[in-house]
Amino acid sequence: MADEEPRGVVLTDEQKRRRRSRSVALGLVLGALVVLFYVVTVFKMGGNVANRPL
Amino acid sequence: MSLIDENRIDAGVGLPGPSLAGVEDYVALLKPRVMSLVVFTTLVGLVASPTQIHPVLAAVSLLCIAIGAGASGALNMWWDADIDAVMTRTKNRPVPAGRVTPGEALAFGMTLSVGSVLMLGLVANWLAASLLAFTIFFYVVVYTMWLKRWTPQNIVIGGLAGAMPPMVGWAAAAGSVGLEAAVMVALIFMWTPPHFWALALIKSDDYARAGVPMLPVVAGPDETRRQILLYALALFPLGVAPAFIGLGGVAYLVASVVLGAIFVERAVAVYRHRAGAPARKAAGRLFGFSLIHLTTLFLVLLVEKLLGAPAFTAPIAGWM
Repeated sequence: MADEEPRGVVLTDEQKRRRRSRSVALGLVLGALVVLFYVVTVFKMGGNVANRPL
Repeated sequence: MSLIDENRIDAGVGLPGPSLAGVEDYVALLKPRVMSLVVFTTLVGLVASPTQIHPVLAAVSLLCIAIGAGASGALNMWWDADIDAVMTRTKNRPVPAGRVTPGEALAFGMTLSVGSVLMLGLVANWLAASLLAFTIFFYVVVYTMWLKRWTPQNIVIGGLAGAMPPMVGWAAAAGSVGLEAAVMVALIFMWTPPHFWALALIKSDDYARAGVPMLPVVAGPDETRRQILLYALALFPLGVAPAFIGLGGVAYLVASVVLGAIFVERAVAVYRHRAGAPARKAAGRLFGFSLIHLTTLFLVLLVEKLLGAPAFTAPIAGWM
């Protein structure tokens, strides 16, 4: 098994490095979006969150 | 016959290989330098608006408008890759250099366009979101796809897209647009042709090789110099106008008169020096000063608003 030729597209080290940096950046952007939506929701509601019928 | 052979993808069969794009290539697709001017003029529109929104919501609105501007830059690079590849100034951009595929640039630009417009609508209001959508559409479809390769008036009409950000910022805060926002748009709109034509005079060989009908290529450098001077003269009163509609104060009036006069003087120099090194130098000096001119005018407006400086005159809109 160990001597078997790899199948499919084999990435070079440089391609792997760039793919990893893209993945990290995308993860950070998605995380930032979560924070952004949370913060915007809080500020859009403001004091109105308490202004509702009981 | 298989397209994939021996663990690699054949070149030239139209199937993209593994992406070589780094994060910096995606940042480059957003045209950060153009984006910085958009952010700045949008900020002035936001601050100058008579209605103020919460600073956090203002900052997120600014981010949305910046992302929208960057998205239109990415879509521009997707469509114009063939032109960019033959111009020295642009041949190392991610798409013509082969680091980002056209499909990746298209997907990136469309995702950010839709996302930024929707987010601005939710954070600020739908008028601002509509204006941002119009700006992106105008830059990508009207300017990039239609005007740029068709008419030497490309950057005159297309300049509207670059002029819109202060109005989008104003609308994000106020929920409406007024005379003041329209004057800021008109100021950038009138500034754009002499700014770009000064660069085009220096880079006309590049544009000719790419087949882009810029004014120096189609009408010749002398006609371009005449048009630069005419636009510089028309720009002067528009630069001063904010002081007379209740937008700018005394400092703005002084700055606009001085900077406008220097702009006209540089345009006259471009008109007079028509050959050799002096002509190139005059065009380069006008191009460089045009950036200082616009940046300083908006900076003075911003500082006056932040300091609460009184307007030079009562708004004309008040008694019209």
